[in-house]
Amino acid sequence: MREKMLIVFCVLAAILLAYNLYVILLVLPDEAAQGPIFRIIFFHVPAAWTAFLGFLAAAVASVLYLVRKDLRYDAFAVAVTEVGLAFAAANLVTGMIWARIIWGIWWTWDARLTSMLVCWLLYAGYLMLRHAVEEPTQRARIAAVFSIFASVDVPIVFFSIRWWRTQHPQPVVWGGGSMDPAYWNTLFLNWVPLLLLGLAMAGIRLRQERRRRELEALRRMAHAL
Amino acid sequence: MTAPAGTQPDTAPRVAARARRGFLRSALTIAAKDLRAELRTKEALNASLAFSVVILLLFSFAFDPTVEETRALAGGLLWLVFAFAGALILNRSFARELPNDCLDALIAAPISASALYLGKALANWLLLMAVEAVSLAVFGVFYNAPWTRQWWPLAGVVALGTWALTVVGTLFSALTVNLRLRELMLPLLVYPVLIPALLAAIQLCGPLALGEPLASDMMVWVRLLVGFDLIFTVLALMLAETALVG
Amino acid sequence: MNALDLDDVWKFYGDFPALRQIGFQVPEGVCLALLGRNGAGKTTLLRIVSGLMRASRGAVRVLGADPRDGAARARIGVLGHGLALYDELSALENLTLFARLYGLNDARGAAGRWLERIGLAISATGLVREFSRGMRQRLALARAFLHEPDLLFLDEPFTALDDRAVATLQELLRQAVRDGRTVVLSTHQLREALELATHVALLVRGRLAYFGPRTAEMLEDPSWLYRRYGEAA
Repeated sequence: MREKMLIVFCVLAAILLAYNLYVILLVLPDEAAQGPIFRIIFFHVPAAWTAFLGFLAAAVASVLYLVRKDLRYDAFAVAVTEVGLAFAAANLVTGMIWARIIWGIWWTWDARLTSMLVCWLLYAGYLMLRHAVEEPTQRARIAAVFSIFASVDVPIVFFSIRWWRTQHPQPVVWGGGSMDPAYWNTLFLNWVPLLLLGLAMAGIRLRQERRRRELEALRRMAHAL
Repeated sequence: MTAPAGTQPDTAPRVAARARRGFLRSALTIAAKDLRAELRTKEALNASLAFSVVILLLFSFAFDPTVEETRALAGGLLWLVFAFAGALILNRSFARELPNDCLDALIAAPISASALYLGKALANWLLLMAVEAVSLAVFGVFYNAPWTRQWWPLAGVVALGTWALTVVGTLFSALTVNLRLRELMLPLLVYPVLIPALLAAIQLCGPLALGEPLASDMMVWVRLLVGFDLIFTVLALMLAETALVG
Repeated sequence: MNALDLDDVWKFYGDFPALRQIGFQVPEGVCLALLGRNGAGKTTLLRIVSGLMRASRGAVRVLGADPRDGAARARIGVLGHGLALYDELSALENLTLFARLYGLNDARGAAGRWLERIGLAISATGLVREFSRGMRQRLALARAFLHEPDLLFLDEPFTALDDRAVATLQELLRQAVRDGRTVVLSTHQLREALELATHVALLVRGRLAYFGPRTAEMLEDPSWLYRRYGEAA
């Protein structure tokens, strides 16, 4: 990804974020039941959406790698997975802050948060796996297989934990009932800068990955001489 | 010589040989080999059994079997025991092929990688069930749990849950066979993927381990287990070749 | 049909090319000695043709088929660096296992016959971990030749063999050549290999530096080939 594009994304993201923050903090009224902390939802929910997009993109990239054997797909997979992981962490942290403020406890075993935690563990495992393999082609192949398994598992995780919670209900982070249309607009509007940020981060990571591969290849060639 | 140099005529024995190399046959040959090797040394088996008894003991200190409330959790504990003790056996699965480069010989042999994987999964499943049977007996004694009352549904749930553990564990064992941190990586990778299946098995074994029948709203967990097993068995068979052949 | 057909084969480890533009054909009945220094790519090439790994680029045909094709693999014998024997199983169990995997009719019978042929019939039920090194080497040879393969891939087979095993291997290879089977063996032991070889291939830093019939010059002075073609990259 060219440097100019990355800078454009970051600047756009910054501008949008500034505007959104103004709207979120100063324009929107307090939500009836939840108070001021409700505003954290405008980061909490889009962060989750961005994370899922990242994981989905990683799954597609992994399949493409196995089919085409082009290491660029592998680089893409690791870049979007890392970005997804970062946004998943953001989702978890904002959720925990919310829970602490509203109910006084950090973790309520809410179905969505718990599922997101499992996702985070899955993809953290993916990164750990990559660190354990030295050789790039082998690493790409092994990581791709694991990524496919993890992706197939994600929906099953969400269903199973939701069923678990329906059988033993607990306080839910943001009941998810009806929300004022004004809120929905802001929610989507705040998703845009987060996405741009995510794309910029993935782009930076991709370039780093490419440079790293070149270095590794040069090192090997130097050894072979 | 009547046949051209280097080619053997396609005689009846050769055609028969081809049929004999069928998928299931190859898988069963591998499974038999793994079982024979393990039963002769019993290394992983003994370690796994000892480990499971120790964990059960430790759990008894943490979750007092004489207190009514904690007895109710007991069935769930079983799956923690199965999962941890099982990791020892799953780790051995492909690792036992490393000395003397046996894995290369198996991959070069005319059996499909999926058959090789399935054979090992079958052997692991049987070994795990053996360890679990003993663990169940010990659990029954420690927790005074009358699980024999529901032994038939319990056996079914244990079989399904163990297959889930086996399917994922054996494939990841193949995936990580050449990595130096294999023993550490395998549990770290397997357990998160297994969470839905473990969740289902824990919910189901809660009542069953204490001899109580399953309520009708628990059937969703059985469906989850079956679905999980089917999906991941198919996925693993499809990806076995990719996992084993560079 | 060629026993082995390679066309523009490349193998990359990441961006590092371990094999570059390898192309040659091995007709049936040939005994090919694959020479090259450590790191030249001999093992990588053998692993690719044995079906243990895939080439990054290029076409590989083994007995006219893809190296991963089951029917082709049933006619190929492979001997790698490791002995590929299970220490906790007996000699008979080891051979029977591979006989079954290769789909032989009477697996036990074939295993028994081969044990006699390599002089291990008495120790048939002994566990491999109790065997001496020489016994294991001979058993490994039996495992590779058990299913009467039409094509053999041997990676440095003479390395660390004791005298009896070397003699057994040479006899098996000579018999294989007489029977019209194709043999590809990589080696450092130039003398033994060049005696048996009808053709020679030299790999230098992943490239094919020489491929052709084994000449008298090579037999007289085995290192001639390295001097002549060695540094061509």
